[in-house]
Amino acid sequence: MTSLTRTRSRIDWSGIAFAIVLTLLIVGPLVVVATWAFTEVWRYPNIIPQKFGFRFWGQTLGRPDVWNALMLSLKLSTVVTLLSALICLPAAYAFARMKFPGRDILFFSFLAGHAFPKFGLLVAIAAIFLQLNLIGTFWGVVLIQLVGTLMFMIWIPVAAFQAVDRRMEEAARDVGASPLRVFWSITLPQAGPTIFAAVLLSFVGTFYETEGAWLIGAPGIRTMPVLMISYINNQMVIQYGAVLSVLLWVPSFIALMFARRVIGGGAFARGFGG
Amino acid sequence: MSVLQISEVTKTFSGGTHAVNSFSLDVADGELVCLLGPSGSGKSTLLRMVGGFEQPTSGRITIDGEDVTHLPPERRPTGMVFQSHALWTHMNVFKNLAFGLKLRRMPASEIREKVEAVLELVGLAGYGDRMTTQLSGGQQQRVALARSLVLEPKILLLDEPFASLDQHLRERLREEVRDIQQRLGITTLFVTHGQDEALSMADRIVVMANGKTEQIGRPDVVYRDPKTPFVAGFIGTMNLVEGEVSNGQFTRSGFAFPLPIADGPATLAIRPESLDLTASDASKAKVHRVTDYGSHGLVDLDLADGTRLKSMVAHPDLFQAGQGVDPKPRAVAAYRNNQQIFRS
Ligand SMILES: Nc1ncnc2c1ncn2[C@@H]1O[C@H](COP(=O)(O)OP(=O)(O)OP(=O)(O)O)[C@@H](O)[C@H]1O
Ligand SMILES: [Mg+2]
Repeated sequence: MTSLTRTRSRIDWSGIAFAIVLTLLIVGPLVVVATWAFTEVWRYPNIIPQKFGFRFWGQTLGRPDVWNALMLSLKLSTVVTLLSALICLPAAYAFARMKFPGRDILFFSFLAGHAFPKFGLLVAIAAIFLQLNLIGTFWGVVLIQLVGTLMFMIWIPVAAFQAVDRRMEEAARDVGASPLRVFWSITLPQAGPTIFAAVLLSFVGTFYETEGAWLIGAPGIRTMPVLMISYINNQMVIQYGAVLSVLLWVPSFIALMFARRVIGGGAFARGFGG
Repeated sequence: MSVLQISEVTKTFSGGTHAVNSFSLDVADGELVCLLGPSGSGKSTLLRMVGGFEQPTSGRITIDGEDVTHLPPERRPTGMVFQSHALWTHMNVFKNLAFGLKLRRMPASEIREKVEAVLELVGLAGYGDRMTTQLSGGQQQRVALARSLVLEPKILLLDEPFASLDQHLRERLREEVRDIQQRLGITTLFVTHGQDEALSMADRIVVMANGKTEQIGRPDVVYRDPKTPFVAGFIGTMNLVEGEVSNGQFTRSGFAFPLPIADGPATLAIRPESLDLTASDASKAKVHRVTDYGSHGLVDLDLADGTRLKSMVAHPDLFQAGQGVDPKPRAVAAYRNNQQIFRS
């Protein structure tokens, strides 16, 4: 009894310590970046900036290349996510529910692409794209980013479809629904929250994807993250990078807010629990 | 109005399991037939073939003379209630019940009327707006029943609908289902492995083992006159004693009973309520334990070789453990080669 309480309280303390460290690690850099974005003058050795202001916001947002990049990134993410859903969701359903020869090998190959260093794969693909004249084009980037979403958009929905109770689907057939209707009215809504999470992940993931966008897109296609990297590389003004990265948080926040509205916290957890 | 005919139906699964083996059954209009059998005897498989969820390997299933053997579930006039209730958790009760009616393109006002009527029927009036997850187990099972009933199926199929409920609730729902079934006069096939359920509800019961029929008949007849040792052992409590018959006398270790059949091995079946006990020396049998149930008592006794028998007695206080008794059957049945060869 005593030893039990003692171990429990010790676990609690380490848990709290862990949470604090984690918070510092995650929130700390965010706070620093956010502070930089609103700083006009901040000289060593002061702990807080001498002058706050929106000067760099004005300068950054005043640049047409920033707006172009933002619009391009949103367009890219939307197109890639839609295409990915169109291709992956039916495939995921097939993997989850149908038996066909080569099913396991095919499923494995979808996931295997992500087990190897990505950059090598990208370079190989870039070589092929060069031949096809896809380098530096919108659709070239769409293609490369599509490959990047496959894992989320197959793996998670497969788990979601497999978790749907077969008896529920049979009950729907029993009251007169065709297989298509069962999919639409029962299977999809049941798997919905989890699938929505996958779609969200692939949207946000595509928005932030840098390697592929840079390798295939340069120089004609410049997405937000690519633009930010070039700012950081070419200019010594920290605030440009900071403003852009705060701007880049916007889609994450929107996505998270959507997630909270559409699916309750419980449903989210349940979806991943299978 | 609706008659179900199952003729020579066999189901062999891809692994080679003969789940159902040349099974035949006619269910009359308005009749409630219980399929009863141990786990794995093929009850669910048979029911699922009637519902259209499994295809028979061979055989024919007709409803009102129409061959439905190869129709998909959505085109059969059957309604199934699953053990796990299988309610759609993303819809409320009303939508669960209305779904099938909507598929039939019924006008909204009529749907509302029908749903309300059927909710009333299963004792859940006013529950339409509840989510199914906010209902108790018994209420969920009632909604599942209502979901089938609202479509007025010709054949109602129930696969152990109450198995997950507690004893008390099970008994109550059983009576309610029986009531509703008789009021609507709906032809019903009911799977259970609770024999009390089968005995109390069914017009007829089918005892199944290994995908085959062991016996079909009225519950009281099956109880009183089991045709095979399997049925004898499966329905109710039964003493099954293996022994030898010679010169018209059945014997097993000091226990003897006159049996006018040919010499050879035989199995004697005696109900506890048909086994009388009289006090005697301990040469024939000894009392092992006495249980007093208030209204009656149950005496466990051991024959000289340890064979355990049960006897139901009116006055358990007359017996105590270790005492010698003489067991005297009042009525028996005898089996040889899986067949009944004698009954008294
Ligand atoms: N889809 C399937 N594939 C292979 N074998 C199956 C399948 N479904 C059932 N079986 C087998 O068929 C036999 C009969 O199963 P069934 O479910 O009909 O039994 P049951 O009488 O309903 O048992 P219980 O009382 O446990 O529900 C079992 O041996 C089972 O393992
Ligand atoms: Mg079963």
